[in-house]
Amino acid sequence: MESDYAIIGGGVVGLSIAWGLLKRGRSVTVLDGDDGSFRASRGNFGLVWVQSKGMNQPRYARWSQESAAAWADHAAELGDATGHDMGLRQDGGLTLFFSEDEMEKTVSDYETLKAKLDGNYPYEILGGNALRREEPHIGPSVIGAILHHQDGHTNPLRLLQSLAQDVRRLGGTVLTGKQITGVEKTDLFRLTCADGTEIRAAKTVLSAGLGAIDLGPKMGFKAPIRPQRGQVLITEKMPKIINRPSLIARQVDEGGIQIGATNEEVDFNDDVTQDGIAHLAADAVNAYPILGKVNLIRSWGALRILSPDGLPIYQESAAMPGAFLVTCHSGVTLSAAHARFLPDWLEGNANAPDLEVFSEARFS
Amino acid sequence: MKPAFRNLTAPASSPGQMVAVTFDGQELTLVEGENLAAALLAAGVDTFRETPVSGAPRAPFCMMGACFDCLVEIDGTVRQACLATVTDGMNIRKPNGTSDV
Amino acid sequence: MYDLIVIGAGPAGMAAARRAADLGLTVLILDEQSRSGGQIYRDVERAALLRGEILGKDYTDGIDLARGLDHPGITHAASASVWQIEDGYRVYYTQNGAGKTAAAKRLLIATGALERPMPIPGWTLPGVMTAGAAQILLKQSGMVAERAVLAGAGPLLYLVAAQMVKAGAPPLALVETQTGGDFRRALKYLPGALRGWPYLMKGKDMLAALRRAGVPRHTGATGLRVEGGDRAEALVFNAGGRQHKIEARTVLLHHGVVPHIQAARSIGIPHRWNAQQQCFAPEHDETGRTAIDTVFIAGDGAGIGGAKAAAIAGRISALSIAQDLERITAADCRRESRPLQASLNRELAVRPFLDTAYPPYKEALSPDDATIVCRCEEVTAGDIRRYAGMGCLGPNQAKAFGRSGMGPCQGRYCGLTVTALLAAANGKTPDETGYYRIRPPIKPVTLGELAATAQRKGK
Ligand SMILES: Cc1cc2nc3c(=O)[nH]c(=O)nc-3n(C[C@H](O)[C@H](O)[C@H](O)COP(=O)(O)OP(=O)(O)OC[C@H]3O[C@@H](n4cnc5c(N)ncnc54)[C@H](O)[C@@H]3O)c2cc1C
Ligand SMILES: Cc1cc2nc3c(=O)[nH]c(=O)nc-3n(C[C@H](O)[C@H](O)[C@H](O)COP(=O)(O)OP(=O)(O)OC[C@H]3O[C@@H](n4cnc5c(N)ncnc54)[C@H](O)[C@@H]3O)c2cc1C
Ligand code: FES
Repeated sequence: MESDYAIIGGGVVGLSIAWGLLKRGRSVTVLDGDDGSFRASRGNFGLVWVQSKGMNQPRYARWSQESAAAWADHAAELGDATGHDMGLRQDGGLTLFFSEDEMEKTVSDYETLKAKLDGNYPYEILGGNALRREEPHIGPSVIGAILHHQDGHTNPLRLLQSLAQDVRRLGGTVLTGKQITGVEKTDLFRLTCADGTEIRAAKTVLSAGLGAIDLGPKMGFKAPIRPQRGQVLITEKMPKIINRPSLIARQVDEGGIQIGATNEEVDFNDDVTQDGIAHLAADAVNAYPILGKVNLIRSWGALRILSPDGLPIYQESAAMPGAFLVTCHSGVTLSAAHARFLPDWLEGNANAPDLEVFSEARFS
Repeated sequence: MKPAFRNLTAPASSPGQMVAVTFDGQELTLVEGENLAAALLAAGVDTFRETPVSGAPRAPFCMMGACFDCLVEIDGTVRQACLATVTDGMNIRKPNGTSDV
Repeated sequence: MYDLIVIGAGPAGMAAARRAADLGLTVLILDEQSRSGGQIYRDVERAALLRGEILGKDYTDGIDLARGLDHPGITHAASASVWQIEDGYRVYYTQNGAGKTAAAKRLLIATGALERPMPIPGWTLPGVMTAGAAQILLKQSGMVAERAVLAGAGPLLYLVAAQMVKAGAPPLALVETQTGGDFRRALKYLPGALRGWPYLMKGKDMLAALRRAGVPRHTGATGLRVEGGDRAEALVFNAGGRQHKIEARTVLLHHGVVPHIQAARSIGIPHRWNAQQQCFAPEHDETGRTAIDTVFIAGDGAGIGGAKAAAIAGRISALSIAQDLERITAADCRRESRPLQASLNRELAVRPFLDTAYPPYKEALSPDDATIVCRCEEVTAGDIRRYAGMGCLGPNQAKAFGRSGMGPCQGRYCGLTVTALLAAANGKTPDETGYYRIRPPIKPVTLGELAATAQRKGK
């Protein structure tokens, strides 16, 4: 089997890229792991989020904004093609504050960033009363919030499913249960799977999430990424009680309240801990007291894919030209950018986005 | 409608007292201490809830706490009726969760 | 800290708790039911007096086990739903609306069985219940279904029918899915089964009672479906070369029981497919010890064996636990366990015969595309097959795509079906296909109850 691109990893990052390449007429084969492999795309919080991204690197803030701005078209196009509703809501998102100091500090940081973004950082400060007019169920310990108008959320599982479905519809080949163990380059790339299957392609993209830790160095990348656990809760389905998402809770389009997430450095362990979920529950009830009577249905742990500075990595291999590493912290937010802009960078087109600051050169 | 179940012992001869509860606004007289799902079935309640997904009617299926089709809202919290017991003045409603927010 | 926490106060849990307490262990036994007994001996201390006659001696026999919990070494927490187990010795549970926790040196999971999911068209309608549910209503509440039809296969179907006859409300019919071929295939296990001959005799007696009561029986039934608008109105099926329609208010389904694996899976105990019983069962040694050294498992939750086997297995685990905690010597443990092991084997001898003679209903193992398999999220068999076509090799990816197993029952009534559908579509075995990853809470807990268990740090 031979194609223009072999995409290693069929999570939201790999599938978004595959989709974009197929739209540009390339032939694509996606290789993905098995039912139990670590999959951030299956365990995330579903935010399409701009606020607080790139505080120290405005290019990242802008890249997130570009993606967020392209999300409506992205969702509509995927929705039309697959018949699924992506559940995208981009009416803004909230950061809740429990002390004035905290809020002031954040506002001053946002102002600094806003200046670097030529003023394109539309947020407003809501005091307690204004906030409760917007979100009647927010409790008294929340003193206020920042409402950022470029934020929103989506149904990440439907996004994943729609991408998986549409990549096939567009003629992409997706093979699951194919763990890539080796990559070689002669005139073509030759990828070997654990089960012996061999795939050939002119170019290859390593978008295997945490799988890049193993494969990256074999392909000439530094791939300095690590897992970070996030535990997440979901409740029973409720009538509408939360309007806008916050980093503490959001109401998913299917009715449940999603609560998240912890940040834990525990290596490759995606278990749920009682301590973790009890604190998430306590924080959520503190912010939204109405949640105290709501039933928790499920919790899970999933592993984020983090680079040392938290920024994405977009890098072509020097040792194996034509091999690209793509990995990021917020693959849902960036799905639109990966589907719509990144393929031009892979193709070396003139209109390619400038991703220089995201290269591995920043890791010495 | 007539209940689908018959009581082998007349409620009058049962050890518990008759108490008033409401189910979706309707007043019912049930035996205190009795299993709530059983008591509602005996009182002729056919539909315990409508599913949040399609609105389909549901009623107890397993009676052992495993299927969750007996979910009702009791005094503000959704609980499994088959694991609850009747208490005086219970305010029971069909859960109003939705899957289309 | 207790010596032993037992989850589940059925025969396995009750027998284990008592044996352990007699050996000097402090025991906490938790059950979400308001009274002890488990599924078979549900509410036996109360109901045996009220309607022991109807329920029979096999039921009233449970009274001794239930009374056995009355021991100074045993704390019985009733109406206590366990939602999380951690580190192999700590449990979290809700009792009367309050989140609580307890710890012990050893843990015994004795959470019993579930009735095998039987997805047929219309099985989600009100008025469709499991046969076990009807039996529970009879035991604990003295309620009997009128104008009910029983459908499926297995000894419990006969038992429930016979109990209904005694209660004066014979079922309209018994619609059985097993065939004469199944029975003939089972005959090769008969010699082994005869070691458990009282069971077979009871089966014969029950069938005779049903005949005397004039309950019609259909065997080899296929094409089962429940019709109705807002509730069950009729059971339709094919048997004896023609279609039948039985108008009924209640349809009681049953085709065997399978281990209730939620608790064991939630802590990562490995499970394996049991081809004979067509279900997953947790791995454990002959004393019930699992891959987690401090966690034991006994009773139907460890593999289906029935009530007597459950009680024996519970005692065997109790002995091994007592030895772990140095209350008895290894030699004493062996001496007492050996005869128990022998009687356990006798109890289990009848299983291959029963499992073969009353296999699960085929069409419910591989339902039509339009049939709902996940009751909570209303996902159909066709959806699952479609996800297989989209590369889903196992139930976790299928769940991410279609929400099967994401509802409040957390896969209890769709897990086996989804695994079977994916395995068939992908040409894989159930072991290769795997099962849902079960996560806490294994029973719903309110966020308020959960929050109350948070250890406040540093503040
Ligand atoms: C708790 C949590 C909350 C999050 N919240 C958000 C959020 O709100 N918004 C947001 O934008 N982002 C969020 N994220 C991040 C987001 O989920 C990830 O950035 C994104 O899913 C990464 O996708 P991926 O495709 O790179 O990785 P994954 O989803 O992990 O997929 C990697 C895939 O590669 C496959 N693979 C691995 N190794 C190999 C190999 N050798 N051969 C073949 N295949 C292989 C695996 O099978 C897997 O399917 C969150 C993450 C977590 C954990
Ligand atoms: C509905 C039903 C009816 C049955 N009727 C009969 C019968 O009449 N005759 C017969 O021979 N066999 C019957 N069986 C088979 C039955 O499984 C065994 O006979 C026997 O009950 C098994 O005993 P056990 O101790 O393993 O489990 P069980 O008796 O099932 O006891 C398990 C206990 O664990 C509790 N539990 C489970 N999860 C939790 C949790 N998370 N927190 C707290 N408590 C929990 C349950 O409430 C239950 O009381 C029936 C099975 C079922 C499912
Ligand atoms: S009837 Fe199944 S959980 Fe109550």
